[in-house]
Order: sequence, then structure tokens, then C-alpha cells
Amino acid sequence: MEPILTINNLTKKFGYLTAVKDLSFTINKGNVYGILGPNGSGKSTTLGIVLNVVNKTNGNFHWFDGNTTTHDALKQVGAIIERPNFYPYMTAEQNLKLVCRIKGVDHSKIAEKLEVVGLLDRKDHKFKTYSLGMKQRLAIASALLNDPEILILDEPTNGLDPQGIHQIRQIIKDIAADGTTILLASHLLDEVEKVCSHVVVLRKGEKLYSGRVDEMISSHGFFELKAEKHDQLIQLLEAHSNFGKLKIEDDLITAFLNEPMSASDFNKLMFDKGILLSHLVKRKESLEEQFLQLTDNLETNQKTA
Amino acid sequence: MLRLVKLELQKLWLNKTSRVLIIISFILPFTVIILSSIKIPFFGLFTLELGELGIFNFPIIWHITTFFASYFKFFFAIVVVSMIGNEYSNKTLKQNLIDGLSKKEFILSKFYTIVFFSLSATILIGIASFFIGLIYSSYTEASIIFREVEFLLAYFVKLLGFFSLCLFFGMLLKRSAFALGFLVMTWFVEGIIYLVMETQIGGDLPDKIFNFFPIQSMYKLIDQPIQRIAMTKFPEKTNMAYDYAVHWYEIAIVLGWSALFIFLSYRLLKKRDL
Repeated sequence: MEPILTINNLTKKFGYLTAVKDLSFTINKGNVYGILGPNGSGKSTTLGIVLNVVNKTNGNFHWFDGNTTTHDALKQVGAIIERPNFYPYMTAEQNLKLVCRIKGVDHSKIAEKLEVVGLLDRKDHKFKTYSLGMKQRLAIASALLNDPEILILDEPTNGLDPQGIHQIRQIIKDIAADGTTILLASHLLDEVEKVCSHVVVLRKGEKLYSGRVDEMISSHGFFELKAEKHDQLIQLLEAHSNFGKLKIEDDLITAFLNEPMSASDFNKLMFDKGILLSHLVKRKESLEEQFLQLTDNLETNQKTA
Repeated sequence: MLRLVKLELQKLWLNKTSRVLIIISFILPFTVIILSSIKIPFFGLFTLELGELGIFNFPIIWHITTFFASYFKFFFAIVVVSMIGNEYSNKTLKQNLIDGLSKKEFILSKFYTIVFFSLSATILIGIASFFIGLIYSSYTEASIIFREVEFLLAYFVKLLGFFSLCLFFGMLLKRSAFALGFLVMTWFVEGIIYLVMETQIGGDLPDKIFNFFPIQSMYKLIDQPIQRIAMTKFPEKTNMAYDYAVHWYEIAIVLGWSALFIFLSYRLLKKRDL
């Protein structure tokens, strides 16, 4: 796989505060990455360092194969940090012309990218007259101007209304579908879950996990079950080696798997044992549950250590 | 280099306030010079015609126009200070860097714009003085016309130095109003230090040290021409004689300050987390 960004043992200190601690990870071409962490976990600082606006304290990072300078590499990167920053007195088109000048891109791209984010009919309006959702979409258009190898988005839906959030996510998905690598920093779990294939989880500047979203916790999922023969079912589940923890709420039984097992195999087994299920759902923990589990684990580990 | 100048000019020209200030700083010195060169009748009592005073004679005209025109540099100083302040308040500085401008390029684009502006102002004043001189001057031999054109060079260096100082204060304080306040304060502080030195030390030394101070060194480039005009009227009063020439070391001091201010601005930006 072709690396786009490699970070090695990166550390950033603001006085006594360590915002990023010994962080290492690699971003490869073609995947959608999420950086997940609560507010103040060092997401924006990490992005600031690789984007050349924050000075690192220790460690190193390089773009692509390591032979391009950060300054040149950034011309192949599209990025939006926190809020959309543009010149308020310029129109959308003038602002994008300025970005074209910085990136050394032809002006002809402007109309094309404004079309992508649905702002073409507002191109001659001044930036200060835009709503937050439009500003954020303009920022995406601006980041796309150079047809970047990687698109970096920091909290792209922060402060938007549901409709705006939906629009932004749709645009991100469309861009990802074109094969552009995306790095999305967010504290919203469902956002990362909906959009990303890989995730780096940060907490207080330290990496808790990095890898595929669906492998974040070695979990085989769980069954949600209902049956007429309620007690018999519980007995059977307790006896079966594939199942670990059981959770019983009224007549709904949640059985966590220790080993992989498909829903149809399970159904067959129950049928053979003479138990007819009225409800059977196989699910995996949501990212939110996994995330809390991950951060909880670390806290308990630290307490016991 | 052209790319960086174009970049900055777009930022300035599309901003209404900057545009107005730029136009004022170009037009105003012109109008003042042109107005002073025409005959102004005072209700039939007498006609005021500055041209008759001999101030538009070559070569003294170079001295006079550059001295008075340099007062209008304050308009562009506001532009310089606000072109840094706005980048901070709009957070566009950060966005520019993310978009692929290096910190060095950012400072250079501001510096080139200052050079561009100072050069344009110098050329315009040069052309205006030349033509007014041709109309009013009693002497029009080439050797006299082009004597003392070094005042134009001094004017250019003076603008360059002053705007570099503005750029540095803008970078240091991030806010236009603070930077302008600091500029005025620096001027006062220089004056106070001079007064203290003069009362405590006395003699020639305080003057010599004072001429190395940033704002004073810029002022000293083009000495006031009033005394010189008086001298031409009363040539017998030799005690009025003073050194009004542009000296190489005066230019060197200001260029030194300019280089230092630009370098410090760059260092400041480089060290700063945005």
C-alpha cells in the first residue's frame, strides 16, 4: 500500500501541557480514516503539526514517500481546520481564485468544485453573507480545488443543523467514492462510524487504538433473542460454550458471543433443541459502545497498575 | 515573486478600506503638490504663488517634494498594519499556510508589496516633481535638474523602513489598533530617551546616538527643507547653514533596520503556533 502520511513518535508540548504524546500512525492511499477522541484529546494539534501551522516539540512526520518537502506536499493536500476561514469581503469566487494562486492551480477548477458542493449560483455573493453550512461547503470546495491526494477535515459538521450535517456527510461520501483518501477528525462517534473504514482513537494526546473500525474490539457481536420457552432458552445459553455474558431485560435476552457463530447456525441449533424463536437479531457493538469500552479499559488498567 | 505580489494585491484591492487608503496615499500628495504650484488669488488683495518663492527650482524641488510627500506615508502605514491584523482576525493566515503557502512566502508577499508600493510612490513623486520643476524652475540645464535626485532614493528607503517597522509591529501584536498605538509610543519613547540623554550627558553624543534610533533615523534621511528655503532668501546669514544632504550612512542605518524588522517578523511567525 502507498503511504500518504507517516507520523513517528510525534510529541507536542504547550508549556506544561502535553497535547500530543509519542503518537505514531500511517495513512495509506484510498482509505477513509477517522481520528476519534473527545474534545482536547489532541486531534486538531496533530493535524496542525502535519499541516505546518503548529511547531512540533519532538518526533517527525513525512508526507508521501518522504522525498517531498512539507511545503510542496501541502499543495497536493486539501484541508479544513475547525472553522471555514476566508476573506469576508471577497465573494466565493474571489476567495477561491486566491486559493488557486496559492496552490498554483488553474482558475477553471473553480466552477467545477462549486458545482460539487452546490454553491455555483451563489458564487458572486460575499463570503460574509453565507450561512455556516454554506461556509463549510465553500471550505470543502476550496480544499478540493487541487484535486488533492488526501482531504483532511477537522470537525466538518460542528455547529451545523441536521440538514447541513446531512449535506456535508453526503459530499464526503461522494468524494470518498471517487477514491480520494480522507482523514476525518471528529468527536462524534456515529460520524466516524458512518463515514470511515479505519480509525485512530486518541485520548489526552495518546493513541488508544489504530486500525480498522470493525476490528476495533475483538468482539464477535451478540444475539438479541425472544422465545416462548424463556427459561429453557436461558438454561441452554448458559450451558453453551459459545456464549459468555447474558443480559436479560423482561423477555428480551441479549447473549454475547465468545466465538464466531452465524445467526442461521444458531437458529438451526435452537430448532433442533425444540425452541422456537420469536425474535432473533445478530448485532455488533456500535462504535460508541466500543469506544467507551476502550476508554474504560484503559482507566481501569491505570487504576490497577 | 510576481505570484506573491499578485496574491497580496488581490487581498488589498478587494478590501474597500485598504483600497480607499491606497488611493488616498497616492492621490493626496499629488494634489497638495499640484495645488501649491498654481496661483491662488486671495480676494484680489494679493496672489499667492508658491512657484515664485523659488521652491520649485531645481534642485531644491527634489528635497521639498519628498519631504512633504513623506508625511502621507501614514495612510499606507494603516494599510500595512491592517493587512497583518486582518489575516490574524479572519484566521486566513492559518488557512493560507494550510493551503500551501510557506511562512517565508507569507512574509515575502507582504514585503514585496511594501517594496512595490514604496517604489510606485517614489516613481510618481519623481515624475510629478520633474514636470513641476520643468514648468517653474529658473534653471533647466540637465546637470542642475539631476543634481540631488538622491532625495528620491532617500524617500524610497524612508518609506521602505517605515513600512517594515509597521509590518513588524503588526506581526508582533496581531491587532491593527495596538500596532498603530505602539508605533506612536515608539516615537514618544525615542523622544523621551533623547531628552533624558541630552540633559544627563549633553554635547554631541546624544544627537549621534539619537540618529541610530529607528524612527529618528528614518526622519533624518530627508532633513527639513524650511531652513534651506530661508537660506536661499538670505544668503548673507551664514549661521543658518546646516547639513541637509542625504548621506550613505543614513541610508545604511535605515536599510539595516528594515532588514532586521523583516527578519524578526519571519522569526516571530516561524516560532508561533497558529
